[in-house]
Amino acid sequence: MNREAILKKFEPNLSNILYIMHDLQDNNPEKYLAKEDIEACADYLNVPYSYVHSVASFYTMFSLKPRGRNIIRICESPPCHLMGADSLIDYLKGSLKVDIGGTTKDGMFTLELTSCLGVCGVAPAMMLNEEMFGNLTPEKVDSILDKRRKEI
Amino acid sequence: MNLVRNHVLISIDAGTIMAGARAVEKALVDEINRQGLAGEIAVLETGSIGATGQGVVIVVYPEGLYYANVTSEDASEIVEEHLLKGRPVKRLIMTEMPRQQVIRKEKAGLLKEQARIVLRNSGVINPENIDEYIAEGGYEGIERAFTELKPAGVIKEIKDSGLVGRGGAAFTTAMKWDFASKAPGDPKYIICNADEGEPGTFKDRLILEGDPHKLIEGMMLAGYAVGAAKGFIYIRGEYALSIERLEKAITQARLYGLLGENILESGFSFDLAVMKGAGAYVCGEETALIESLEGKRGHPRNKPPYPVTEGLWGKPTVVNNVETLANVPEIIRNGAAWYRGYGTDKCPGTKVYTIIGNVATPGLIEAEMGTTLRDIIYEYAGGIKEGKKFKGALVGGAAGAFMGPEMLDAKMDFVNLKEYAAVLGSGAILVMDESTDIVGMLQSVLHFFKHESCGHCVPCRLGTKQLVEIVDRIAGGKGKVEDIESLVKISEVMRDTSFCPLGQSLNLPISSSLKYFRDEVYGRVQQPA
Repeated sequence: MNREAILKKFEPNLSNILYIMHDLQDNNPEKYLAKEDIEACADYLNVPYSYVHSVASFYTMFSLKPRGRNIIRICESPPCHLMGADSLIDYLKGSLKVDIGGTTKDGMFTLELTSCLGVCGVAPAMMLNEEMFGNLTPEKVDSILDKRRKEI
Repeated sequence: MNLVRNHVLISIDAGTIMAGARAVEKALVDEINRQGLAGEIAVLETGSIGATGQGVVIVVYPEGLYYANVTSEDASEIVEEHLLKGRPVKRLIMTEMPRQQVIRKEKAGLLKEQARIVLRNSGVINPENIDEYIAEGGYEGIERAFTELKPAGVIKEIKDSGLVGRGGAAFTTAMKWDFASKAPGDPKYIICNADEGEPGTFKDRLILEGDPHKLIEGMMLAGYAVGAAKGFIYIRGEYALSIERLEKAITQARLYGLLGENILESGFSFDLAVMKGAGAYVCGEETALIESLEGKRGHPRNKPPYPVTEGLWGKPTVVNNVETLANVPEIIRNGAAWYRGYGTDKCPGTKVYTIIGNVATPGLIEAEMGTTLRDIIYEYAGGIKEGKKFKGALVGGAAGAFMGPEMLDAKMDFVNLKEYAAVLGSGAILVMDESTDIVGMLQSVLHFFKHESCGHCVPCRLGTKQLVEIVDRIAGGKGKVEDIESLVKISEVMRDTSFCPLGQSLNLPISSSLKYFRDEVYGRVQQPA
């Protein structure tokens, strides 16, 4: 879908800005809000570029730099911490060879942290794109990511 | 008419979907069709039954038998053995049963006689079918409001029930509604705060996924009482299934004429819209949430003016939590006196808790106000995992307080916990066994706040950063006694000077960790020569 088609889905009201940015970001092959996305949103809502940029930078679900094809969001809040999220995050950093916020060299994965996902009964947990996974161990994470690699 | 011999309920919520519930559902249906049982056995979707971490859960009625950790491969065995031959599959039967009922504090054990309030329909009805909600007495509350109570009567009923907000601040619900109804300004708005972000809390998600119509009815009643024609549900961007279920429920309610113009010929018009957040903990604060709804950065506003007089787009606005609103239809339907039969004098009703961490059966429970922490952990959640010892609990989320073993018999309600300098907060209970490192927990809490501080005011922006530096130093073995004193001092300044509850609440986890685990924390710093 092109940008115009996305924008047309919404009334040009400021209160739709989060929805518009969610859609623009999902539509961008690099899973981020590019300069052109922000410009298009600003023009459509008739607000300055700086305004849209400031809103986008406030919310953690929006990224202002290109990301990988798949976003790993791993939860680090206290319930997951108690169940061993720390060592899992270290493991992921090591196996993907990225830091938090980084993207793997092949552009396959971006590793991010998230606030509580609300699936604490199966902590530690993470989201891969829109899908949640729980009771994670290094082996389980490996198999989830391997499966994803093969699907593409 | 076909008589259905067995009903198979399959719990479809974020947790069970993760464990493959959709595939199990398909396998069950396929197998039932293959065996030619399609006319006799119905497979129905329902919300969470309250147990988490037990994989895909199904319930077979009329037996009421629970199966846990069901996989697609098990489907043929269940159909063949149980549904065809009447022999339950023993190896899959759930051993730790979820508590379906509220435990009466004076007679724990007599479970079967009690009823849930907020979670009454959760895991029982199909949340995607409005008829099932109606069959359980749904939308009777709004009918009673239209025909008998009228707006003032609704507010009075809620006032008499003693309902206070379940989001954490415990403000009297009727007072909010009363202020908003009397405030000049038009139009007025109802907002449901479903931006559930407090670590360890997922009660609102399970209400939204399991019984969305209850929330819709609660918002209608709030709108009717206050004189608002429009409501917004501000929901976390991460809660995909909740958003989907809620949107379906709203569409159904519109089809039934329960939302829209002149509802049930009452002259009252009301409609709802779902708004999706984008990941900001601070937006759980009501004025930050309003800013976000208006399409701005989610910075909290100055108070006063409060939202009840100047809220969304400057108009009188009521902001209520999901659980609060889910109590409302039951109160209106059954009356305030009935509601006061639950809980304590000062805190009537129930509280929905998420109990997680090192317990045998983590999950979602509903207990009367005044139930002790001990009962919640040992009666509902099966005690500590692997027979270990209880060390403490973090109650109320990251913005909550640590409690030690001496608090096990404290009665849990909003008023009583205040006396112990603790809070019920969002109702998250994170249980820690004897192996837990308190400094590590504190570190996790403070890192969380540093990440979520919105940067609007100086004490919180700089304070969270300094607290993290200090706690990291202590955890790394390089801390000094003065560092612990700095933690306390900085968090006290933040408590007294921060702009919103985010910065103000950090002192609680710090001071409570020292209150109950003082020796352990001091044992981690270099001792003075």
